[in-house]
Amino acid sequence: MPEIAKLEHDVLVIGAGGAGLRAAIAAAAAGVKVGLITKSLLGKAHTVMAEGGMAAAMANVDDRDSWKVHFADTMRGGQYLNNWRMAELHAKESPDRVRELEAWGALFDRTKDGGILQRNFGGHRYPRLAHVGDRTGLEMIRTLQDHGVHQGIDVHMEHTVCTLLKDGDRVCGALSYDRQKGEFKLFHAKAIVLATGGVGRAFKITSNSWEYTGDGQALAYHAGAELMDMEFVQFHPTGMVWPPSVKGILVTEGVRGEGGVLRNKDGKRFMFDDIPDNYKNQTADSPEEGWRYVLGDKSARRPPELLTRDHVARCIQREVREGRGSPHGGVFLDIAWIKEKIPNAAEHIKKKLPSMYHQFMALADIDITKVPMEVGPTTHYIMGGVRVDGDSQMTSVPGLFAAGEVAAGLHGANRLGGNSLSDLVVFGKRAGDFAAEFAKKQGAGKINQAEVDEHIRKAMAPLERGSSAESPYAVQAKLQDTMQDLVGIVRREGEMQKALEVIGDLKKRAVNAGVGGGRVYNPGWHTCIDLANLLTVSEAIAKAALDRKESRGGHFRDDYPDKSTDGGTYNSIIKKGPDGAMQLQRRPLTPMPEELKQIIEDQKK
Amino acid sequence: MSKVTFRIWRGDSGQGEFKDYTTEVTEGMVVLDAMHQIQAENAQDLAIRWNCKAGKCGSCSAEINGMPKLMCMTQIKQLPAENPITVEPMRAFPHMRDLVSDVSWNFEVKKKIKGFSPKKADRPDGTWTMAQSDIDRPQEFRKCIECFLCQDVCHVLRDHHKHDEFIGPRFFVYSAALEMNPIDEGDRLADLKNQQGLGYCNITKCCTKVCPEHIHITDNAIIPLKERIVDEYYDPIKMVANFLFKRGKK
Ligand SMILES: Cc1cc2nc3c(=O)[nH]c(=O)nc-3n(C[C@H](O)[C@H](O)[C@H](O)COP(=O)(O)OP(=O)(O)OC[C@H]3O[C@@H](n4cnc5c(N)ncnc54)[C@H](O)[C@@H]3O)c2cc1C
Ligand code: SF4
Ligand code: SF4
Ligand code: FES
Repeated sequence: MPEIAKLEHDVLVIGAGGAGLRAAIAAAAAGVKVGLITKSLLGKAHTVMAEGGMAAAMANVDDRDSWKVHFADTMRGGQYLNNWRMAELHAKESPDRVRELEAWGALFDRTKDGGILQRNFGGHRYPRLAHVGDRTGLEMIRTLQDHGVHQGIDVHMEHTVCTLLKDGDRVCGALSYDRQKGEFKLFHAKAIVLATGGVGRAFKITSNSWEYTGDGQALAYHAGAELMDMEFVQFHPTGMVWPPSVKGILVTEGVRGEGGVLRNKDGKRFMFDDIPDNYKNQTADSPEEGWRYVLGDKSARRPPELLTRDHVARCIQREVREGRGSPHGGVFLDIAWIKEKIPNAAEHIKKKLPSMYHQFMALADIDITKVPMEVGPTTHYIMGGVRVDGDSQMTSVPGLFAAGEVAAGLHGANRLGGNSLSDLVVFGKRAGDFAAEFAKKQGAGKINQAEVDEHIRKAMAPLERGSSAESPYAVQAKLQDTMQDLVGIVRREGEMQKALEVIGDLKKRAVNAGVGGGRVYNPGWHTCIDLANLLTVSEAIAKAALDRKESRGGHFRDDYPDKSTDGGTYNSIIKKGPDGAMQLQRRPLTPMPEELKQIIEDQKK
Repeated sequence: MSKVTFRIWRGDSGQGEFKDYTTEVTEGMVVLDAMHQIQAENAQDLAIRWNCKAGKCGSCSAEINGMPKLMCMTQIKQLPAENPITVEPMRAFPHMRDLVSDVSWNFEVKKKIKGFSPKKADRPDGTWTMAQSDIDRPQEFRKCIECFLCQDVCHVLRDHHKHDEFIGPRFFVYSAALEMNPIDEGDRLADLKNQQGLGYCNITKCCTKVCPEHIHITDNAIIPLKERIVDEYYDPIKMVANFLFKRGKK
């Protein structure tokens, strides 16, 4: 084995999206030595793509809002499977995290009186999303990045962590691969924060970036941590559907927040047809009332387009399945219609939704200020992930923390739009704080060199097998098709069993995959490394989905279309068994304290 | 459907050559799709950088038919019909491999620019009162996705290699965003003038032309910064005042 570089940190943060950057800043502020690793360049992580805004009950636009309403909205949206402690902390702390971003240079859109403006989003009772046009994620990541570069954090760009290393029970380091130089590096650390994001590239139609291969979930799983609620994958109702090469690219919910309506091929606004009982009190019963809500009339209720994402996605799916879809297999999302209501509508749309305007112009030759968009569901987010403690974000493995999309708990069965960006900073900060505290109490762990050598050997194998071996791209494509078709928006027992068989078969093919070329910047080789993670999380998703025999939130079973009574009583937990096989267990929810229960009851009125 | 040939730069650290790859192009395909298809079909190790495929992350910058562009936002059908289409890495930065160049210089530059330093908050919750009209301009600059295409096209970097003395249009935009932020109290004019080479810019506007975010780099950022420097350092009354009161900052 060649000598490899070794680096030492107290806290190592893996991932430089909103969660990772915020964690690194927090840990650095606590006075420990921090390393930050990212698979891409700094500032390019998935968070950069977030559009609509970040949820925080600041009550700048509607003074009826408060953390209690936000808490209740989040729990209801998540169908009460959420980790209630996280939902509570999130609702309480997100306003401070927004204000802190402003203090670090973020320029949010303003209210008339010069405060931070907030917009409507699905499932949120009041306008609650602090935002910057439709590029809020860019504002967040740039602010954290620019603030972070002055905090003495060691940044390692274009490094991919291939495995976590342990000393006994606790984590003590990570092995990474530097794609720019083609070298492995060994990171020694007393505590590690996973902030690697989601899994969307397990599916064919997705809004997610190339990095979303479930690395963090897989790393944690192999290190012995528990995964929770992996069946809950969010299919965002509105992705682009045409032309084919842009299929899946997101159309922000902000379009509906600004008054966009959904219609089928007959021009019918179908969202009024099916309003779930627990949202009836708060949903408009006429288009006229819905529009008044968009304009900020406090006596009006939300238009049905702003129901939760799981519900809207299924309504769209229904229209398409029953033959009322648009020419390219979606439905119509129309924001241009507001020209009937307001002067200068075209300018207004360009101002409020500049990147949507730009995206449709450049990629689909469509002017959204004039004609409707065609949209359909796309894989967007995973509610499940690594199970963590609600306060500290520590996983079941000592010294290993997780925050952001890679962690589970906050969102339950369905995430409300805008609750992710706030999640990143609330729990990113907490993970960084607690990881630093943990690191201060620990000595350095001991790394097992033989184990490291073995991992390097495994990682190098595809290069030795060369380009005549199985193509990693082919295996990846087969996996994406399988997950899309068999474990997608609508799920059935037989199909998921079939998916698990295919995954088993692909695992065998993946270990025989090979690539040509050398070690430097070789995407084919990278795909081989990613594949193992994609397969691990796909298996977890399919297993958990097969076990949950009901429909709830992001998980919809055609063979069990209703909620079951016991479905609301447990989380699905996945762990690697002693024999190396994946084990699934249903774990009862922790009972909620009376005062939180009361808040939920009060908000139902 | 039709077959299109792409002439792609292949090689390591500056050494390389164009190689032709022909692939099937379908409706709406962008150059990045074609690169992925070629990768999957017959160039597994073709190095490209990308993340979002939606024009939001600024990773997939390259030179397409000689023009700096985002591969994910360039529809193939908008390129001249005659083949082949050339695709090569950004040339103002050291070459790494195939279509990937080493843009780390940009990250180093940013560290040297004085960060955001806000005045005291004026609202009870610790935030600031700002009118939307006062932040429209800096918000325009904050649309920057750091694709570095403007850096790539600027002749001061591309042809004259003044990387040590000139921070480039991206960082003029960044500095302008800070300078024009209504609550920032920092002063970056002296640095821009003395160390960061604003004077080298001769307003050819090449940077503005390639910016995928349509930021008016020259008119809205560079020219106003130049004017501020003139006001601050070359205004005769101010020069006397500066001399008398020995004030280094504004
Ligand atoms: C198009 C789009 C729009 C969205 N809009 C909104 C919105 O308006 N509001 C909202 O709240 N949410 C929104 N979301 C969701 C939200 O953007 C994401 O959930 C969130 O940004 C995830 O952040 P993160 O910090 O967890 O991970 P990311 O930002 O994805 O960062 C992950 C980091 O981990 C690194 N990484 C991954 N694997 C490894 C590895 N093996 N080794 C080293 N590094 C690794 C990556 O390089 C990256 O730096 C949107 C998502 C999309 C796709
Ligand atoms: S206008 Fe100035 S910064 Fe822009 S390309 Fe020309 S010389 Fe460079
Ligand atoms: S200013 Fe425009 S061209 Fe330059 S880096 Fe930013 S987005 Fe790219
Ligand atoms: S891939 Fe993100 S800008 Fe092209």
